[in-house]
Amino acid sequence: MSCQHTDELIHGHLDGELELVKSLEIEKHLSACAVCTKNYERLRRLRSALGETTLRYLPSDRLEERLRSALRQESKPERNRTIFQPRWLVAAAALVLAFIVIWIVGRSLVKPDSGDLLAQEIVASHVRSMMADHLTDVSSSNQHTVKPWFDGKLDFSPPVKDLSQQGFILTGGRLDYIGNRPVAAMVYQRGQHPINLFVWPATGSANSTETVAVRQGYNLVRWTNGGMTYWAVSELNLPELQQFAQLLR
Amino acid sequence: MGAAYNLARWLVHNDHDAEDVVQEAYLRAFKFFSGYYGGDGRAWLLTIVRNTCYAWLKKNRLLRLAEPIEDNLEEAGLDFADPERLFIQSVDSEKIRWALLELPVDFREVVVMREMEGLSYKEIANIVDTPIGTVMSRLARGRKRLQTLLSKTMGKEAGI
Repeated sequence: MSCQHTDELIHGHLDGELELVKSLEIEKHLSACAVCTKNYERLRRLRSALGETTLRYLPSDRLEERLRSALRQESKPERNRTIFQPRWLVAAAALVLAFIVIWIVGRSLVKPDSGDLLAQEIVASHVRSMMADHLTDVSSSNQHTVKPWFDGKLDFSPPVKDLSQQGFILTGGRLDYIGNRPVAAMVYQRGQHPINLFVWPATGSANSTETVAVRQGYNLVRWTNGGMTYWAVSELNLPELQQFAQLLR
Repeated sequence: MGAAYNLARWLVHNDHDAEDVVQEAYLRAFKFFSGYYGGDGRAWLLTIVRNTCYAWLKKNRLLRLAEPIEDNLEEAGLDFADPERLFIQSVDSEKIRWALLELPVDFREVVVMREMEGLSYKEIANIVDTPIGTVMSRLARGRKRLQTLLSKTMGKEAGI
């Protein structure tokens, strides 16, 4: 990759928004090019300076009060503007207050469906497993070590596959708790990227094809096969994660 | 509300106008609540705040967008800093504030949303109603311009 090209893409790299292949190319170029590395360092410094909390403007308490009364005014029905009716006024104010409270809570306003909640849980668990440096309870690249380890810890026996030939290295297994039940988490590694594969018995017996989702920058693929529900989650790009899913089916 | 106010404050330059704009945006949001089809509530609100800011800037003839021709000139000269002077860590945040305000609105808004609110390219693209590639290039040019402004005012010791 040339300096010119790196200069164009380095912002995506800095923001973690590039696809894996491009990011790796950039890293490769950076390790060989002092000029671009300096440029990258400067950008990182600029970024941390911009992230300083003192730059962010905070609303005054007065504004919140103002919004509240403006919305109250707005929600008053036309005829009540001239005739003072305390009961309606109180009801309207209560409604508006409830609205504002919900509004300020903001994003939780929209109640996600159960699949969405599950996806959130899966991502949270994936992130937690990497943050707490607790990827695996049993570390082994041998499927014959990982599979028996789950015996007696779960009320089902998760299939464990060796995919090292295809470039997905099994690194171990872990117990986890998703959707109100204990589940098996298998950890694979693709290049620098860990993949968490969650498995538990499916509620129905029907097999389903893969569905994909993106949450907080993580890619998710879910499917049902042989009476088991599978969720794979990783920061790995989607095509490779789908390839991983297909290998497991 | 924090994100709404911060964005408005960066776009319209002063407390008083930012408060007016946020109030107007909230009223619009309230009125057009039926236009909200689920999805990210914060992004939806920020879209309305941004549009209200733009309307306000236009009305007051303060809307200053990046000139396409300026950008070409900028991109022609890749300016890399002297690699030896990168060591001073702390940067005067008032100078950064000044430099940000020097940016054209369309660059400033993406920098604010990315760096202060931590929004993804995709979220910003939705709010600004432009392709993701444009978000990245505005961010790149915005940052480059900030670097140029800051190295002019502080000398290259800033390391930014």
